[in-house]
Amino acid sequence: MSNPDAPGPGPGGKPGDGRDWSVVVEDGIAKTNAPVSSAVASPGAATRRHEPHEPPRTHLPEKLYEKRKQVHNKRIDGPFRRFKWLVMLVTLGIYYLTPWIRWDRGPYAPDQAVLVDLANRRFFMFGIEIWPHEFYFVAGLLIMAGIGLFLVTSAVGRAWCGYACPQTVWTDLYQHIDRLIDGDRNARARLDKAPWGPAKIARRGFKWLIYLLIAFATGGAWILYFADAPTLFRDFFTLQADPIAYATVAILTATTFTLGGFMREQVCIYMCPWPRIQTAMMDEHSLMVTYKDWRGEPRGSVKKAQKNPGRYGDCIDCTECVQVCPTGIDIREGPQIGCITCALCIDACDRVMKDIGRPRGLIDYATLEDCEREAAGGHARPAWKALLRPRTLVYLGVWSAIGLALLFALGTRTRLDLTVSPDRNPPFMLLSDGSVRNSYTLKLRNMTQTPRTMELAIEGLEGGRIWTDTIPLTEAARRHTLEVPADETRTVRAYVAAPAGTRQQDFAFTLTTSDRQPEADRSETRFDAPED
Amino acid sequence: MANKRIDEPTGTEYVGHEWDGIEELNTPLPRWWLWTFYATVVWAIGYVIAYPALPMISKATEGLLGWSSRGQLAEEISLADQARLSVNERIAVTDIEKLSADPELLQSALGGGAAAFKVNCVQCHGSGAAGNQELGYPNLNDDDWIWGGDLTAIEYTVTHGIRQPDADERQGAMPAFEGMFDRDQLASLVQHVQSLSGRADPDPIGAQAYADNCAICHGPVGEGDRTLGAPRLNDAIWLRGGSADAIRAQILNPKMGAMPGWKDRLDPVTIKMLTVYVHSLGGGEDFVELPEEEPAAEVDEQP
Ligand code: SF4
Ligand code: SF4
Repeated sequence: MSNPDAPGPGPGGKPGDGRDWSVVVEDGIAKTNAPVSSAVASPGAATRRHEPHEPPRTHLPEKLYEKRKQVHNKRIDGPFRRFKWLVMLVTLGIYYLTPWIRWDRGPYAPDQAVLVDLANRRFFMFGIEIWPHEFYFVAGLLIMAGIGLFLVTSAVGRAWCGYACPQTVWTDLYQHIDRLIDGDRNARARLDKAPWGPAKIARRGFKWLIYLLIAFATGGAWILYFADAPTLFRDFFTLQADPIAYATVAILTATTFTLGGFMREQVCIYMCPWPRIQTAMMDEHSLMVTYKDWRGEPRGSVKKAQKNPGRYGDCIDCTECVQVCPTGIDIREGPQIGCITCALCIDACDRVMKDIGRPRGLIDYATLEDCEREAAGGHARPAWKALLRPRTLVYLGVWSAIGLALLFALGTRTRLDLTVSPDRNPPFMLLSDGSVRNSYTLKLRNMTQTPRTMELAIEGLEGGRIWTDTIPLTEAARRHTLEVPADETRTVRAYVAAPAGTRQQDFAFTLTTSDRQPEADRSETRFDAPED
Repeated sequence: MANKRIDEPTGTEYVGHEWDGIEELNTPLPRWWLWTFYATVVWAIGYVIAYPALPMISKATEGLLGWSSRGQLAEEISLADQARLSVNERIAVTDIEKLSADPELLQSALGGGAAAFKVNCVQCHGSGAAGNQELGYPNLNDDDWIWGGDLTAIEYTVTHGIRQPDADERQGAMPAFEGMFDRDQLASLVQHVQSLSGRADPDPIGAQAYADNCAICHGPVGEGDRTLGAPRLNDAIWLRGGSADAIRAQILNPKMGAMPGWKDRLDPVTIKMLTVYVHSLGGGEDFVELPEEEPAAEVDEQP
């Protein structure tokens, strides 16, 4: 920390990283300058200027590379923390339980409610079954997810990062394991510094084993989305599953173990591209976690504040907000890339404010606009106003329009499909009775889970007759009934003959069902004939 | 380095790059990035040792694992061959008429037949099997068969060929009638042949000439004879053209095509697959019906 009285920067410490603050507090000295990056330049910033007698900081990074410092975040309770628990419970619950939900699809398809069937190229989701040619549904959902992220970010900043991102959820889980096994912040820091002995090895080994089990459960649940869960579960442990299943689990276990167990905030700060993009999604009307410096500065301990009434702001420099932060940053330095907007610092500070009898909200969700207004002595507007404004409404509009379009497409799509490709080599030929024959390859798709009887007919082409590879020439007629098995595409080679003298012309194949759910499809094509 | 500038809030040195007032700070890279970089270097060295990598004068270094893309291909091919082996064996022991009862076998046979056709048959019959009227290669898509169009007949033709030095080949010849008819007789005969398929009006003189000279092979009404390979004349399909000129040329100095027998060059399974493929092109005849239609033909054809 940039403690001007200290002989130099702390060991390996970069000024402003604020990771050794508990020490500072124990000394009872609170001399932080709370530098705020220029991004939140506000009238209140003036109060944070360095005292003239302070020597200019001359510390330069001596190293090209910096060792990662373990973040030991402190336990905290509060409304935001409870909300985070809830989100974790719901997201992990969805993740682990979904593959086990059964859905009766008859004997023709797997009875799993949510299944990505790569082998048969089907995507099952409750009552919806998506075929490869309907991939636009998946594309639509991905676009909705993207725009949804814009919507959330423009409204409440990195709320996705703070609550719902898998990296956050698993990091949170792992940090909780740390807390359970090693104890809270100080105990963990102590254990970290302690020399390696049998006790520490045993403790660390046990903790990493639990890390590994969680990582394994993470990778293990993932593969259940790609095959019938109970079968795969049994096969997996009896070593009969596909090698790909083991490889997937191994890779996901390894990544979860390293990213969740060891990389943690490094992923959010250095690896994830989203914090770089999010700045474009946010503006001065977006809610984000903000330290209200005009209210908190200058900082002073309770004791100091008592001695000099009126000289200090509300922040008592207890560093609770820093200690609870899962990414180990100091929110009082202003908005920064390391902040995932999880609001745990709000919970922490609110409790401190309650203890010292000050109003809550020294750190709070606020918009830049409100900050300026408040700093100038005005009142902040209610938070919901930040949610309803043209930008969010446009995102919401686009998002809902795509959603409605997808629902409409889902409601009107047919469960049968006909594609026709005419043979071009040769385009036509004469039969011995002089009639002209063309041949076609038809694909009849039955996307329902029952076998269907379909009527294949031709429209136009005077005197035309069709037969197929299974219907003999002797039974050639204008219409035929064909069976298409459940959940399958049947490829049929169809021959169409028209009487001698027929000219080249367009006509159409039609496919209709008359069962429970009458549907039809039609496909225009061409009939070729000799020129003369 | 006298004029280093320091960013006041973070105490970090500026690098000196500026874009629209945004300046870059000289923040140290996290150390694990460095380790990641070293790991990639180690990986690369290992890769160079294990796999073919360094280009030498005539070929690259071999690599300790002995892997090569050529070797991998050979391995994949032999695996595919092995997988095909069992299907081929099943095709070999299944009667050709029964192949269609097993959709999987039929599918493999059609695929194999199409591939064999592309290699061995397209030179004459064309890639779409449409033949060539000018050169007298029959169209295999239509329903007119000179030597029979059921599976057994096609298989026989493919195996033994037509007009080949082979004891079992399809043999048939049309005599040359050069000098047999005078101009008018010839014109009448041509007209009569055309009338068989409704292309011209009947001609009594031609009819007589036909009955005397042609009916013995081509049949009284031009229905042809498959045992002799005498083409049907009363249909719309002409192997060498249906114009008066083409017919006249064929009567005076007939051209007769030949087809190699494939029994020495292709194995029986491939021939079987080819047969199924050709039969599937749209004109294949039903095996069951044939004995009723032409019982004699069957007996004569396969002594
Ligand atoms: S928790 Fe609140 S009072 Fe304590 S240091 Fe942080 S901002 Fe200041
Ligand atoms: S600064 Fe506060 S909101 Fe940001 S990550 Fe840390 S605890 Fe969460």
